[in-house]
Amino acid sequence: MQCCCGEEKKLEDRFSDNDVDLKPLQTVLDKYKNESGSMITILQQTQEIYGYLPKKALLHIAEETGVKPAKVLGAATFYTQFRFKPIGKYLVMLCQGTACHVNGSEKIEEAICDELKIKDGETTPDNLFTLENVACLGCCSLAPVMMINGEAYGKLTPQSARKVLREIYKKETNS
Amino acid sequence: MKIRIGFGSCGIAAGARKVLAEFEKEFSQRGLDIPITKTGCNGMCFNEPLIEVFDQDGQVFMYGKVMPEMVKEIIEQHVIGGQPVTEYLVSDDDLGFINKQKRVALRNCGNIDPESIDDYMASGGYQAFEKCLTQMTPEQVIEEIKISGLRGRGGAGFPTWFKWNATRQAKGAPKYVICNADEGDPGAFMDRSLLESDPNSVMEGMMIAGYAVGAKEGIFYVRAEYPLAIKRLEMAINQARAKGFLGNNILGTGFSFDLRIKAGAGAFVCGEETALIASLEGERGMPRLKPPFPAEKGYWRKPTNINNVETYANVPWILSNGGAAFAAMGTATSKGTKVFALAGKIKRGGLVEVPMGLTLREVIYDIGGGIIGDKEFKGVQMGGPSGGCIPKEQLDTPIDYESITKTGAIMGSGGMIVMDETTCMVDMARFFLDFTQKESCGKCYHCRLGTKRMLEILNRITSGEGKDGDIELLEELSVKIKEGSLCGLGQSAPNPAQSTIRYFRNEYEDHIYSKKCTAKKCKPLLTYSINEDVCTGCTVCAKKCPVQAIKGERKKPHVLDQSLCIKCGNCFDVCKFGAVQVD
Repeated sequence: MQCCCGEEKKLEDRFSDNDVDLKPLQTVLDKYKNESGSMITILQQTQEIYGYLPKKALLHIAEETGVKPAKVLGAATFYTQFRFKPIGKYLVMLCQGTACHVNGSEKIEEAICDELKIKDGETTPDNLFTLENVACLGCCSLAPVMMINGEAYGKLTPQSARKVLREIYKKETNS
Repeated sequence: MKIRIGFGSCGIAAGARKVLAEFEKEFSQRGLDIPITKTGCNGMCFNEPLIEVFDQDGQVFMYGKVMPEMVKEIIEQHVIGGQPVTEYLVSDDDLGFINKQKRVALRNCGNIDPESIDDYMASGGYQAFEKCLTQMTPEQVIEEIKISGLRGRGGAGFPTWFKWNATRQAKGAPKYVICNADEGDPGAFMDRSLLESDPNSVMEGMMIAGYAVGAKEGIFYVRAEYPLAIKRLEMAINQARAKGFLGNNILGTGFSFDLRIKAGAGAFVCGEETALIASLEGERGMPRLKPPFPAEKGYWRKPTNINNVETYANVPWILSNGGAAFAAMGTATSKGTKVFALAGKIKRGGLVEVPMGLTLREVIYDIGGGIIGDKEFKGVQMGGPSGGCIPKEQLDTPIDYESITKTGAIMGSGGMIVMDETTCMVDMARFFLDFTQKESCGKCYHCRLGTKRMLEILNRITSGEGKDGDIELLEELSVKIKEGSLCGLGQSAPNPAQSTIRYFRNEYEDHIYSKKCTAKKCKPLLTYSINEDVCTGCTVCAKKCPVQAIKGERKKPHVLDQSLCIKCGNCFDVCKFGAVQVD
């Protein structure tokens, strides 16, 4: 992915990947690479393997499918689902839907950010928590809601949100 | 005797899993062999987790907000003793939530096990499909849909039969049917709940559409944020294949049809049908100019019919009961029923289905139970980021496509967010513009930059830096963005701002000229102070203040230093005596 305007370095910063093992990706590619229109499915399964989309994997996908790297990256950056940085052990998805907004999700976000000392999209230095604001989790009657690794927590208050995070932290540091 | 437990996403989020585990544990300890069925959501999200106990006489008792510690009592007193635990039962008032509805699309939700095709068939499932294949021509099916007056439930309200007919008439093969389950409106959950609670209804609707338009393949485009819906759809598709409702030569009629699922990847614009098709083809989800419409050139440039989840869910009912029965409900131009997701500051939030023509007041007060804490109703937001706010003066507006559009909102897919006096309308407009600005695909200049400029202005107003002329600028931008955008996203993005300016212009003026937010929502415009006459000197606020802006001796009135205050509101939240005031 050489670029005439010196973008190469910026991309390196954006897509941090160290020793990404491409082997698990191969089964995905073998299944989908000849199926037209399957780029998003490939990217989704890649993210399932690595937790994010490593640059090395994206380049490999481009090579194997014969799609230009720019097009692969274009599709990947268009959709909010795709991430380009590794995430922590616990992914905290905080709902920012209309019902949650009306019911005070802003205060929940303040509490979480203060508790974890990170902002939206960031990961704690101990790689335990990543905070991600999401558009809507669809549990509007339980607003405000957050979901941590698939488990939903509803009717949050700043205090109860902090409590949930503290309990996870306690569990992790004790074991 | 049997037990039924609500296992939709909201039920699980509210703790249904723990309750189920408790029931299973207690039953096994006591050696009781009582079947427990998991159903989807009956719409009463505000009462989750929900348990229904069916006793020997066939009577049903519904328990709401069931916690694991209540399970033992329910089992001992009711399941064994035969005496319902009245204090845990859902109140008659709350039961009115369901009894006042008319359920067509949601007919099976909460009543059947969504993971069992047999359950669906036992309640009449797949009979409509069989009837179509064996007794009706595709033209007759389309005619029946025409009689029903069914219009697209995704928001735009386009006549369904017209789309089907156009796809049938279009030249080209193969043809496709697509189900748009990319429910992007943040604050709406009709499609999620339908797919989780009754996937087979939606599939049957698609299969009938496939037969009517002459397609061999159907594709579900489902939001990836709905894992449970995808899982249950997958199960239902596999079961339908095993039963011979999908595949080659279905029921020996020579008709072949199959379904598959594609998970979306999170882009609001993909609710627009041409953008959805681009996404299905593995591209960036950017819309293209219409015509040609998808009915002529859609997925892979082939004739394609796209409908929303709820639209398809209505189809089997229409074919079973006749188009005329559907058309008998609703108003002159909007037939049948509509599902709404009630949320926000409402007492009984959840999923409701009512005949078209009911007024907003009936839905919000009679079914939804009114506002939490009996506060003052301010407005209801319909249609999400593409819609608008309807003020209390128009609460008696009947729910039909035309009347809702007249108010400046849109019917939309069915999100209904209720707002009270504590909701700032300028902040709501800012919230939605923030959303559409992020979700604009960037193709059209007006949408890409116009929404950004609108957001900047709204950000300025809500942070106390609004200027004379801002409202007019917003109005001008709104018109230009609508004119200069290709797809529905841009054409409707200014709606939230336009409708709030139309009905709540005074709030905008308060923000700009008096630097006041009457809803007390916009922080930079607030001033916190301590009423010395009320303050008891308990010191709690001083301890909670993150910047030590509150000072004072114990048991003496405290003082708040305005120059230090960061307006976090902690003191207001913790004061038990109401001594902290906010203006």
